[in-house]
Amino acid sequence: MKNSLITLTFALGLTVHSEDWNQFRGPHGNGVSTDKNLPTTLQDDSLKWSITLPGRGLSGALVLGDHVIVTCSSGPTQSRLHVLALNAKDGSVAWHRQFWATGRTMCHAKTSVAAPTPCSDGKNIYAVFSSNDVICLDRAGNLQWLRGLTADYANVSNSLGMSSSPVVTGDTLVVQVENDSESYTLGLNKTNGLNRWRLDRPKAANWTSPVLLKSGLVALQSKTGIDAVRTQDGSNAWSYEDGASTIPSSAVLNGVLYIPSHGITALKLNDADAANTPKQLWQSGRLQPGTASPTVIGNKVFTTNRAGVLTSGNTKTGERGWQLRLKGPFSATPVAAGDYLYFVNEAGLVQIVDTTAEEGEITGKLDLGEQVLGSPAVSNGALYMRSNSKLYKVAK
Amino acid sequence: MKPLFAVLLAAIICFTGEAASVSDSIKTIRAVGPEGQGNTAAAKAWKSLAQADAAALPEILRAMRDSSPLSANWLRAAVDTIADRGGKLPQQALLDFIADQKQEPRARRLAFELIQKSNPKLADKLIPGLINDPSVELRRDAVAHVLEAGTAKQISKQTQAAVKDFRKALDAARDIDQIQAATTALRQLNQKVDLPRHFGFLMHWNVIGPFDNTERKGFATVFPPEKKIDLSATYEGKSGKVEWSEFITADEYGMVDINKAYPGPGDGLKEVTAFAYTEYTAASAGPAQLRLGCKNAWKIWHNGQLVFSRDEYHRGIRIDQYQLDINLTKGRNTFLVKLCQNEQQQSWTKQWQFQLRVCDATGTAVLAADRPPTPEIGTDNSGNNPTPGRRPRN
Repeated sequence: MKNSLITLTFALGLTVHSEDWNQFRGPHGNGVSTDKNLPTTLQDDSLKWSITLPGRGLSGALVLGDHVIVTCSSGPTQSRLHVLALNAKDGSVAWHRQFWATGRTMCHAKTSVAAPTPCSDGKNIYAVFSSNDVICLDRAGNLQWLRGLTADYANVSNSLGMSSSPVVTGDTLVVQVENDSESYTLGLNKTNGLNRWRLDRPKAANWTSPVLLKSGLVALQSKTGIDAVRTQDGSNAWSYEDGASTIPSSAVLNGVLYIPSHGITALKLNDADAANTPKQLWQSGRLQPGTASPTVIGNKVFTTNRAGVLTSGNTKTGERGWQLRLKGPFSATPVAAGDYLYFVNEAGLVQIVDTTAEEGEITGKLDLGEQVLGSPAVSNGALYMRSNSKLYKVAK
Repeated sequence: MKPLFAVLLAAIICFTGEAASVSDSIKTIRAVGPEGQGNTAAAKAWKSLAQADAAALPEILRAMRDSSPLSANWLRAAVDTIADRGGKLPQQALLDFIADQKQEPRARRLAFELIQKSNPKLADKLIPGLINDPSVELRRDAVAHVLEAGTAKQISKQTQAAVKDFRKALDAARDIDQIQAATTALRQLNQKVDLPRHFGFLMHWNVIGPFDNTERKGFATVFPPEKKIDLSATYEGKSGKVEWSEFITADEYGMVDINKAYPGPGDGLKEVTAFAYTEYTAASAGPAQLRLGCKNAWKIWHNGQLVFSRDEYHRGIRIDQYQLDINLTKGRNTFLVKLCQNEQQQSWTKQWQFQLRVCDATGTAVLAADRPPTPEIGTDNSGNNPTPGRRPRN
């Protein structure tokens, strides 16, 4: 398990610190952490600190070295955008930058303008908001560049809100701004924000995030399926055209892409070159992800449905295994470390599941007491979760 | 004398050198354009600008006036970075800047927040005087104070004084939540509130339809009202002849419900298009905003010119969802709205409606010179007579 993750890290060409949590669902983009020191049970003193944030949001946090990076939006129309760096030790503010939204800020009451999780290449931070503002700061909070994609493309917006989290690979930042009207995915030069390419995408609301298949190759998910795109020039490497969800995103582990499509569809990426058309391994309608994206541990793939039922499936065959009813509902995608899954439901209840137990077992619970919709971040033995008003650190 | 002169000269050179650098950096940042044009030069200029002394803050704030939203954000980041270093703020210059209502409203708010952070008591003293400020962000705090005062008086049964406070708050409020808070409080005290007038919603329309929108093709189809407005004309619609008819809404949020003009079976007509037309007499020419709320695909024309269009269906509606800059002509102005309904059948896809108002950039209503009284009852039987104490919807 560990070896395969290390291999994957090198294969993806990542330059981040091994403990950094640098994008949506972590350094591997699948919610899996190599951290060996997370708690497997929870008590009241597992909550190390919580701090009040200057605005709301459901973006996940990043952990870069000693800093936890978080985005927020504030004001009566959420038109004030925030990027903060907090000291992981005590939650104190290291720096705080604010911007004015240049695009529309309307969104459904449940979501917010600070919905997409930022990403980092280890040097800079790339923050994207539902207003389609893209902001690049260095790790000290110095502005490197910014873009206002709605200022450039006036109909790029979704009145329910945008939530796709960006990924950075090579010299390119990939930003999916897909919606019913003017629908694009952009490859931006990460050093100055200029367009490398801009793809016309299906005209349909889409809240999924791009998945890094290997350095320079991302999977773009939409209602039509998956398009594997070379980030150097935006060209298409292959497509899976059997449709896919527009809410939970795909996950990749050990050369297999698990797509929320007809339940879950597993594609074996080409061993020699993930840029070649993959082979479909299986498709299972009995693995039905709700809002949270699928997660993989070892030879099990996990989905959580809208009723809060956690279902395990065999990664080789798709055969359904045990099911465990958790207290849901869930918007946040769980994270995995070792044999454990870490969930936080919409009411802020953290639940830890031992996936090696015969039918799965809940080994820890902690009530944060506030709505949590964003996926946790993991680093140095701690989980970081955010509500609409607070950031929490949970550790042994 | 000579050494002193040299020192003074050096100081002058140093000062003007820094000023030129700040000025040049600002100029470069203000030149950023669409699609990231100018970003590379702006990044270099920003690095220099962010090193400036706190004394440069007023100059940077002034540079936000008439700058693009993107360059304003570049400048804002420099202000934050400089202020975070903790040098001595030029307090009086910032106060002068806040007092200068010709400056960029958000920049003035930023200056206020710098004062608030360094001298909260001084900032608190400023708030009551900002109740009618052109900066919506600045007046918000002042309105909040008056609402709090009104609530305290309401609790202590000083009804007339409370009404006075809530009326003052409503007159000044531009944010929807504060307008609704003041309205709710006034209605609890049995006071009438004319929300359509406060917002400047357009209530009197002529409508025509339904035209076809099968497979959503009607959005791009040019129908006769898009070529010429002739309120006496008859056209071929989706299922027979169609003609213009008067439509008056009395909805307190100005909702024009096309389903009431053209009711269909079940949840209403599907795959149809309609138009709404109105005229508006402007007291003077000048910039204004059209603010639209709509969850159907739409197009809008001002004086025959297409202002904006959007082909999104049923993703939500709210007041001021779309803010469109226009230039009013003195006297007669025309507004035409095209409204498309799609094929979806879910319960949340029934709505076929919009709300439109004319205001300035702060959201203050710009009322037509000949605006008629707010209707009590609409042609669609909508009413503007809510129960006292009822919380306004929307």
